[in-house]
Amino acid sequence: MATITGIRDETPRVRSYTLGLPSWTPHRPGQHYDVRLTAADGYSVQRSYSIASGPEKEGEIEVTVERVVDGEVSPFLHDVAIVGDRIEVRGPIGGYFVWETTSGGPLLLIAGGSGIVPLMAMIRHRAATASRVPTRLLYSSRAPDDIIYANELRDLTARADGLEVVHTLTRSQPAGWTGYARRIDDAMLSEVRRPLGDAPLVYICGPTSLVEGAANGLVRIGVPAQRIRTERFGPSGK
Amino acid sequence: MEEPTTNDRTLDANAVAGMLEALFGADMTAADSRCAACGREGQVGTLLAYTTAPGIVLRCPACSAVMLRMVETPRGTLVEAKGVAYLRISR
Repeated sequence: MATITGIRDETPRVRSYTLGLPSWTPHRPGQHYDVRLTAADGYSVQRSYSIASGPEKEGEIEVTVERVVDGEVSPFLHDVAIVGDRIEVRGPIGGYFVWETTSGGPLLLIAGGSGIVPLMAMIRHRAATASRVPTRLLYSSRAPDDIIYANELRDLTARADGLEVVHTLTRSQPAGWTGYARRIDDAMLSEVRRPLGDAPLVYICGPTSLVEGAANGLVRIGVPAQRIRTERFGPSGK
Repeated sequence: MEEPTTNDRTLDANAVAGMLEALFGADMTAADSRCAACGREGQVGTLLAYTTAPGIVLRCPACSAVMLRMVETPRGTLVEAKGVAYLRISR
């Protein structure tokens, strides 16, 4: 059982939850926890949530949850759960979609929407260990307000330690926006990948259509398929 | 090579890592596998997962063949693995 020790708004639809874990074990960045809710009548439902924090935070993890319309677990977390509540969790889980400083680089991270969450664990781990692995994050959001961790990403980029963040805003852009304003395509992938050389280590997470588009595009521009790891999380919440 | 038939509900096997770990007692996403149909080798995490049916289906990302099927029944968990030539779980 985990105890909710903190709740923070990230965007209008996304919140981060700090979970205190009595039997904490260090996770590997990219891993997730399964969260199970059980009703009084025994009906139970389970969802996987990526860990957003790095393993350097002892005794607790942070998960970042987007409110899914018609969802069963995320509306509970958003509308009902409060600090002090206990929830059933199991983890850390998964050994495939993980990156540690020892995994090497250069690193190309591609996120769509809340697909940023497991990649943020990698970015935070990279910062906490003072790694200088060249890293570029291509992050697709609909609108400026939808960018999760916007301030933290800006601060981490300002450290100039080899992390660069490239945003694309697919639906609405602020006045004077000079960045990308379209869905991820081969030309964009090619431009973002170029400074990292021909065979960066790639992690892609987001809605299934974005993940497949980006993975296929990278293979088309010559990135070896075995360097690409994907985590599809299903339909985008339209 | 036939293109796999994916849709917007297709997931990676990582999405069912918890169930696999409960069944096999080890993390399976990093385990090596070989598709019995086309011979493709790759980590279980690279397989495509379909979770909207009553059970869970894992397919080969190269040839789309069904590799593993798992379903919870009142009498227990049923695992069908005839589409897998081997699984190698690292120590």
